[in-house]
Amino acid sequence: MEFFLQLLVNGLSLGFLYALSALGFVMIFKSSSVLNLAHGELLAIGAFMFLVLSVWAKLPIVLAFALTLIGTFALGFVVERLFLRPLIGEHLIEVIMMTLGLGIMFKGLLLFIFGGDIHSYPDFLPEALSIQWGAVQIPSVNVAAFIIGILFLIIFGLFFKFSSQGIYMRSVAGNQPAALSLGVHVRRVFALSWAIAFLVAAMSGIVLGIINGINVHELSAIGLKVFPVVILGGLDSIGGAILGGVIIGLLETFTGGYLSTSLREIIPYIVLVIILMVKPYGLFGLVEIERV
Amino acid sequence: MHKLQFHPCGNFKESYQEELTIFETDFGRLWLIIGLALLFGVIPLISSPYILYILNTMGIYAIAAIGLNILIGYTGQISLGHGAFFGVGAYAAAILATKASFPFVLAVPAAGIATAGVGIIFGLPSARLKHLYLLIATLAGQFIIEYVLVQWESLTGGAEGIVVMGATLFGIDLGNDRTFYYVIFVCFVVMTWIAVNLVRTRYGRAFIAIRDNDRAAEGMGIPIFRYKLLSFAISSFYAGFAGALFAYYIMSITPEPFNLWLSIYFIAIIIIGGLGNIPGAVFGTVFIVTLEEILSHATEYLMNVGATGLGITIAPLREFVFGLAIVLFIIFEPKGLAEVWRIVRSSFRLWPFSY
Repeated sequence: MEFFLQLLVNGLSLGFLYALSALGFVMIFKSSSVLNLAHGELLAIGAFMFLVLSVWAKLPIVLAFALTLIGTFALGFVVERLFLRPLIGEHLIEVIMMTLGLGIMFKGLLLFIFGGDIHSYPDFLPEALSIQWGAVQIPSVNVAAFIIGILFLIIFGLFFKFSSQGIYMRSVAGNQPAALSLGVHVRRVFALSWAIAFLVAAMSGIVLGIINGINVHELSAIGLKVFPVVILGGLDSIGGAILGGVIIGLLETFTGGYLSTSLREIIPYIVLVIILMVKPYGLFGLVEIERV
Repeated sequence: MHKLQFHPCGNFKESYQEELTIFETDFGRLWLIIGLALLFGVIPLISSPYILYILNTMGIYAIAAIGLNILIGYTGQISLGHGAFFGVGAYAAAILATKASFPFVLAVPAAGIATAGVGIIFGLPSARLKHLYLLIATLAGQFIIEYVLVQWESLTGGAEGIVVMGATLFGIDLGNDRTFYYVIFVCFVVMTWIAVNLVRTRYGRAFIAIRDNDRAAEGMGIPIFRYKLLSFAISSFYAGFAGALFAYYIMSITPEPFNLWLSIYFIAIIIIGGLGNIPGAVFGTVFIVTLEEILSHATEYLMNVGATGLGITIAPLREFVFGLAIVLFIIFEPKGLAEVWRIVRSSFRLWPFSY
């Protein structure tokens, strides 16, 4: 029973990490229906920027955090302007290839600068956040991840529902030419959505970095784990991403705990294939009837 | 009566047959014959073993890239699993050769067919959904196949892999680079010939119709699902065929090389070479393999001259250069090297009145 509870807790916290990493991905897909294959590298960029500012430049944690968010937000604008703006109106296939190329490029650059070793942050989260409940222990980082996840869910839920920019983003994703003809500034929407995605990815990257250490290979692998999560939850649903993340996290830890550790790495992808065949729009995705 | 043609300075086509011809002029045929003569008569005799090794690698990768180009370039479906399919072909050939003692001639096509079967399983999700989902399904396929190759130890030998020895073809030992060169490039020429002609048939035109507008294609009576799966099967067949040749050439295979990076490598080849262009896949292979050799030589050179630290730090730049090449080609020349080649050729043809 204790083993079960510990697995449950581990699974939930892992799941929240996945959910958190999936948020930035869903942001981009929701506003521009681009499948971002460079997502893992965006996580890594945020994590390393925070590492440079907090450990190497020895800035205070809060300042470093704020600067990382501002920096990645700006970087999002730059990347969009340089690499994705020229592709507006091109085939989707080229945009996806572009994100693939960008991902490899970023990865190579990060490996070049920081090497393939695991770096780590100093401990800065207050111990008071950690929860001890019977034999089950939840470290403070996971509590922080949980809080950040919920906070983001609420903020972005409200953003997409009520703010004008959020509504523009949804309209662009729904029908780009129609949005354009109704006077939505499509280019600004794209730029903003990439900037926000960079920012969200940076936050997730920092949390992941605190827990697992910062390593280019691992973070970019998590970028691929995002796919089972978002497919399960529905590609364009933020709530679905959270739930999908939790389900995948639980599935992974329980498979690892009860069946076999090697199967653990692969089980999300097996689930992914099954979902694609059975319920391709996920649990909460927008069902488009399209029979071609 | 055959009319001898020279370079036309404009578009003088009078019938659809002319539009569909592979060679616009007789010069094209002449160059092809010269090229084939060089490929089989001269190059293998004057090349050093190292050059032969690079050429053989190019030949194998080019076959896989042509297959992937049929899928991505002509049908518009992205696959991130071709590295694994290449591996399935390699393993299928190795298992057939060692466990069922298939001869080389049978094992290679059989491996291709087995891979096509595996490909169809992962292509099934595209039945209901558009290309985004095929991409994700093939990504899952990549990881699942990698896992199976490592874990199914009784069949694949696990992490230690399989040793394939003594490939013979009609009694000739294929153990050295030069004889294998002939095998690879005969296969390469045949597979290219099939691909070039395939895209001119009703199947090829159906693929192009699906890529350009799937709804319109459906409306014109093309059974989209069947053609998407067909395209996927053909493309997996090419990957498996190339993988089988790879297994026989390398002689010892492990699950290591057939990772996601190989899939990305193939995609980089066809983006840089030119999507939807068969010669483009070949140009792309030559470009990428040469680029990789140059980069690894640069790293080695830096290590030898004493700058070991610099050599090691520069190694990840290989990935960076790959990514940069993809990005730059998509922005500046989305049609790839094939388009560059066309521009160069036509500027010669139209000189000095190139307006």
